Amino acid sequence: MEKKGKWYKKGLKDGLPVGLGYLAVSFSFGIQALKANLTWPQAVMMSMLNLTSAGQFAALDTITTMGTYVEMALSQLIINLRYCLMSSSLSQKIGENTPFFHRFFMAFGNTDEVFALSAAQDKPLSPYYSYGLMSMAIPGWTLGTLLGGIAGNILPDRVLSALGVALYGMFCAIIIPPAKKSRILSAVIIIAMLASTIFTFAPLLRDIPSGIRVIILTVSIAGIAAWVAPMKEEAV
Amino acid sequence: MSGNIFIYIFIMAAVTYLIRALPLTLIRGTITSRFIKSFLYYVPYVTLAVMTFPAILSGTASVWSGLAAFIVAVALSYMGKGLILVSMAASLIVFLLELIIV
Repeated sequence: MEKKGKWYKKGLKDGLPVGLGYLAVSFSFGIQALKANLTWPQAVMMSMLNLTSAGQFAALDTITTMGTYVEMALSQLIINLRYCLMSSSLSQKIGENTPFFHRFFMAFGNTDEVFALSAAQDKPLSPYYSYGLMSMAIPGWTLGTLLGGIAGNILPDRVLSALGVALYGMFCAIIIPPAKKSRILSAVIIIAMLASTIFTFAPLLRDIPSGIRVIILTVSIAGIAAWVAPMKEEAV
Repeated sequence: MSGNIFIYIFIMAAVTYLIRALPLTLIRGTITSRFIKSFLYYVPYVTLAVMTFPAILSGTASVWSGLAAFIVAVALSYMGKGLILVSMAASLIVFLLELIIV
C-alpha cells in the first residue's frame, strides 16, 4: 500500500508541469473550438474523452468542413497512430505481476507527455505512477478547455506564449539527461531534430500533415538506430 | 454521413482509445527480438525530439524567444535540472524576452 501511495505522489509531482502546460494549450483549444461552432460543454467533452492535442485541433477542421464520419475516423487514426508505438513501448515497462485490468486505464491517459515521463521510469512501471500523472494531466487538459471555452481571452497573449513552451522544456528535460551518457542516443536525437526541421520547411515534405510526419520519422529513425546500434541485452 | 457533433466526438474517442489500448493489452509478454526491443527503446527519444524541434520556434510570439527557450531548456537539462525547473525557466525566458522584443 505504502508503495502505491509513494508512486502516486511521485506521479502527481512529475505531472504538475504537464498539467500546467496542458492548461495553457487546451485554453487555446477551447477558444478554437468556439470558433468551430462547438458549445463549451461539447469542447470540454471532447477534451475529457480524447486527451490528444493534435487530434483534437485536426478534428475541428473536419467538423467545420462537415467531413464524413469515415474521414474523421481515418484522420484520427493517422494523427494518433504514434500512440500505438508508445503503447507498444509501454507494454514492455509494466511488471509481470501487475494486474491486467490496469492496462485498460493506463491506456486511456497515454498522452505524449504521460508516455515520456513513464518511459523515463525504471522497469517495472507502477500503474499508480501513471494514475498520478493522469490526475494532473486530465484535469489540466479539461479545465483549460473549459476556461478557454467560457471565458475566451482571460490570459494575456504574453502569458499564453510563455506557457506554450513549458511542454517543450519538459521534453528536453526528459530526453537530454540519458543522452549525456550515450553518444548514440545524442546522435539519434540530433538527427531526429534535423530531419524534423527538413520535413517542416522543405517543399513537398512540408505538405505532409504533422501527425504523419511524426510517424514517418519515428519509424524510420528509430528503425535505423535499432538496426545500426542495437541495445545491449541488459540495457533494454 | 456527417454533421452530428456528438457522433464526431464519439468516433474520435473510440479510435483514439483503441490505438492506445490495443498494443497495451495485446502485447502481454516480454518481447524477445533484440531489434524490436531496441526499436521500442529509441521510439520515445525520436518522437519527442521530432515534436520539440522546430515546433518550439513557432510556439511563441517570436522565433527568437522560442530559440532562447530551446537553448535554456537544453542547457539546464544537460546540467541535470528537474522537469519543473526546466519548464519554468523556458517559460520565464520567453516571457522576459517578449517584454522587450514583441
